[in-house]
Amino acid sequence: MSELSRVQPEVVPELEKEQRLSLIQCEALQFVPASASSFPVATTKTGYYELPMVKEPSWSWEVPLYFFIGGAAGSAGVIGAVARLTGDRSGLVSHARKIAFAGAVLSPALLISDLGRPARFLAMLRVFKPQSPMSVGVWVLMAFSGGATLSNAGEWLEDRSPYSRLTGLMQNLGDIASLLFGLPLVTYTGVLIGATVIPAWKRNMALLPAHFAASGMAACVGLLELMGHENPALQALGVGSALVETGMGASIELNPDPAMKPLKHGPSGWLTRLGGALSGPVPLVLRACSFFASRKRASMLRKYAAVSSVVGSAITRVAWVHAGHISARESRPT
Amino acid sequence: MTTSAFLTDSTLCIGCKACEVACKEWNGVSSDGFDWSGLSYDNTFSLGARTWRHVKFVEGIPEVGKGGNDPGGSPWNFSSDVCKHCEVAGCLEACPTGALVRTEFNSVFLQPDVCNGCAYCVVSCPFGVLERDVEDGRAFKCTFCYDRQKAGLTPACAKVCPTQSIQFGELDDLRVRAQKRVEELRERGVEDAVIYDPQHTSVKGTHAVFIVRGDPKMYNLPPNPEVPTESLRTGWTSAAIAAGFMLAGTLVAFLGAGAKRL
Repeated sequence: MSELSRVQPEVVPELEKEQRLSLIQCEALQFVPASASSFPVATTKTGYYELPMVKEPSWSWEVPLYFFIGGAAGSAGVIGAVARLTGDRSGLVSHARKIAFAGAVLSPALLISDLGRPARFLAMLRVFKPQSPMSVGVWVLMAFSGGATLSNAGEWLEDRSPYSRLTGLMQNLGDIASLLFGLPLVTYTGVLIGATVIPAWKRNMALLPAHFAASGMAACVGLLELMGHENPALQALGVGSALVETGMGASIELNPDPAMKPLKHGPSGWLTRLGGALSGPVPLVLRACSFFASRKRASMLRKYAAVSSVVGSAITRVAWVHAGHISARESRPT
Repeated sequence: MTTSAFLTDSTLCIGCKACEVACKEWNGVSSDGFDWSGLSYDNTFSLGARTWRHVKFVEGIPEVGKGGNDPGGSPWNFSSDVCKHCEVAGCLEACPTGALVRTEFNSVFLQPDVCNGCAYCVVSCPFGVLERDVEDGRAFKCTFCYDRQKAGLTPACAKVCPTQSIQFGELDDLRVRAQKRVEELRERGVEDAVIYDPQHTSVKGTHAVFIVRGDPKMYNLPPNPEVPTESLRTGWTSAAIAAGFMLAGTLVAFLGAGAKRL
């Protein structure tokens, strides 16, 4: 035995002290990067230390919700106007107008909430830039809101005012505007996110406007059905949009483009699939079954299909925005 | 109209970050955090709302037994990044308020009093330059020292650069200068020096030209930056077709339903 070991006191292991050391290690471990074993490097393949090439979208939760509400409201504008044009007397026109009006009020509110304060929304109304889908969209939304407000006001005044020609004109003009601006309101959001540098969005530019159109239609049809309408036209539109959404889901799944990864893998991929299933195959099967069921059962099945479509439409928008975040995070210089 | 430009010669950069400091001080840019990135000496990560000049430290993979000064040893390159002030700028096209404008110096300037923080420019920049400030809510980026240029002064970053790695001048002059410099470097044996100036892409060239060693991709300088407006025709065509089907489908559905009732 050397001199040294005799002067050093013998350490008796103490559970408490060892636990304290483990605690310190645990606290220190949180500063170790997840990929500590393979620290990022700057190479041609990884780019600059695997840092994203493009910035993530910095929209808050209000924006995907607006995509959903705007889509449903725009479709309601179209359905309401067409139903009125074809002489529908079942009260569907009035309900469709109300959905359009609710969307017309909620949409700017959501956008203002995202921007922070109302004056910021007005900054978009000082110019019109056709090359900016955001500018086109905000003007479409304003025109649509005006139309939806006008037709609802006309309807409300109809029984209360003696000027029936004026209220009739208000409804006509309002419905025409709801139809004309409802169509771009549903589809422009697809162009909006497609015309960006986010790979997963950019590569789906051709698909997105049609995808969002079908999704918006399905949501509006679902809402009207939940309000108690059993018009066969709604059933037909429901089947049509569910068919288109099934096709969209299949085309996303089958697209081998590596930029599609966030739409197929991980949480954003499963969210996309969930939204796709609830908008496409699920309502399609439910609606198909309703053709063969008894009247009471059929009405029930249609209600289930309606709920599935509305929820699916909302999830679809959230999933696309979420996938955009992942896509930006994984972007490399190309 | 003159076209102001930066030529950032990375072969002269010593990674002192004086450009970052000068930019912050002159423009009154807020702190971008005190994070240790672990990515060489780079602790500001990327350009953003609070980082308008960003020095990149591109460190080669070290080889055992070879020091930094050994010939053929692992390279360590520095490069000061900045907003590219594109000839066709994605952010400028996307801005719905007109806050982003083209100045008399042909640079892209963001007017903070007009910006409403819609953040559409953030997803429209192929270089990932613009960012929405988390506290303020608006987007910010390099102003190309518009105020200084108006007064006939050199931008702050170029003025303080101790090695003339950041040069400021007329775009055409700087392009010629870059060409000469790369030829000179190659003669001296710096074979991997290249010019980054994507003139043949949809951005039609940038007003910030770079000389870097090795592949520009290692510096997150994309070889094919794309302006998003390029795909607008596809998008609006698809939207028009979708809208047509929507209208036709709704008409057919309601006419069919009406016919059934009769």
